[in-house]
Amino acid sequence: MTPFTYARARDTTEAIQLGALERAKYLGGGTNLIDLMRETVERPAALVDVTGLSALVEESGDGGLVVGAAAKNSAVAEHLLVRQRYPMLAKAILAGASAQIRNMATVGGNILQRTRCTYFYDEDGSRCNKRTPGQGCDAIDGINRIHAILGAPVLDASSACVATHPSDMCVALAALDASVHLHGPGGARVVPLADFHTLPGEHPEIETVLQPGELITAIALPRPSVAARSSYRKVRDRASYAFALISVGAVLEVEDGAVKDVRVALGGVAAKPWRAHKAESLLRGGPATEQAFIAAAEAELADAAPLHDNGFKIELAKRTMTAVLSALAGDLVPAGDLA
Amino acid sequence: MPIRINGTEADLPADPRVSLLDLLRETLRLPGTKKGCNQGACGACTVLVDGERILSCLALAVQYEGREVTTVEGLTGEGGMHPLQHAFIEHDGLQCGYCTPGQICSALGLFAEVARGAPSFVTADLSTETVDLTSYELRERMSGNLCRCGAHNGIVAAIAETYAAGRAA
Repeated sequence: MTPFTYARARDTTEAIQLGALERAKYLGGGTNLIDLMRETVERPAALVDVTGLSALVEESGDGGLVVGAAAKNSAVAEHLLVRQRYPMLAKAILAGASAQIRNMATVGGNILQRTRCTYFYDEDGSRCNKRTPGQGCDAIDGINRIHAILGAPVLDASSACVATHPSDMCVALAALDASVHLHGPGGARVVPLADFHTLPGEHPEIETVLQPGELITAIALPRPSVAARSSYRKVRDRASYAFALISVGAVLEVEDGAVKDVRVALGGVAAKPWRAHKAESLLRGGPATEQAFIAAAEAELADAAPLHDNGFKIELAKRTMTAVLSALAGDLVPAGDLA
Repeated sequence: MPIRINGTEADLPADPRVSLLDLLRETLRLPGTKKGCNQGACGACTVLVDGERILSCLALAVQYEGREVTTVEGLTGEGGMHPLQHAFIEHDGLQCGYCTPGQICSALGLFAEVARGAPSFVTADLSTETVDLTSYELRERMSGNLCRCGAHNGIVAAIAETYAAGRAA
């Protein structure tokens, strides 16, 4: 690691003051940042420890839930209000990393973990546009089985990035219409989680809409619909402690055999949790049948751009999405329609 | 405020780059906690902080000021080894032994989580307040600790037996 100063913020105001220091970074549980610092991929001059800020899980006035950004991943997944009202979120968090890492990692840190691949880590041996803008990307013609299929077309090798955002939690948050509360030198603002991460475009080194010095203080979950069902499914190379090849978080509300509301997010496919807007708009108001789910999945993946090794993800994403939605529709739909 | 290691106060490092793992092994000469991958993948460095299992390799020591850290060296009491340590021997829960301190600390963290009803990814009913520690549950909950010798069956047996005997505390 390169040298840095360390300070623990006592409150949000102090955190933002300290966060204005040159090349400062906020530190949560450190499970991604410390690892990247050890590889000298990250070289902050100052760390501002924000794990002492709000970690509360509280009901909000509108029947939703507010979770302090310093809450540990394990604490959120274990919280009874989360388990009872947002089981998909608990399930997604528990699908990520290991018990030890979930005990360290904060909600804010989970959101801000880097979109990354092994070439990003390999500072000595690989080119990476995210690590060193303009350098090129060795993943594009390398081993790219785990890489992105959506939102990262390789148009220009000097800016392209095909890494994925590996968070399970964020996929669930995107499907739940969660929002991110930010506080910075310019004041406070709220950004939908689905809009918080950015696609690589020409600047893969920029991954979020965060402004310099801005801090995530909380996430807010809207009131859950009583009639909706939700599910999180993760497909990976081993049964536990592995990033998703594909994951699907979905909320489905069916009324009289028709889709009243649907929200779907995909993980493992893009530089951000991928909200399946195309599929959702096709489904909303239509029949809640397997045929409709297949058609929606086909439409969502129509623009997928596979690399050498990851073409399988396109079919896997379609099948997983269809399976999750069909399971959620389940007995709400006449059995014949699911054949 | 210093940090407490196995009940004894210790000074925090002046350099914030020192990991909790290096503080334990290099400064305090407590080599029971092992450095495997040093990047959060293997679990060999697992210790308990205020009873919660964490990875000491990804922890900056300065972040744990005022906290109580328990390493494998802190598990031996007046009665000798911890029951879980005996069970690892009885069930051949190790070959080379390098992952063992991390496995044991991790399992003790697991016992506390199960006791308070914390669910895992494979828990069928997430709203449950009681967890049945099946083999399936146990393996999922221990997935952060790798054993390159392949002693996982013995490890699972040792943890399951200790848990069933109610000797977890």
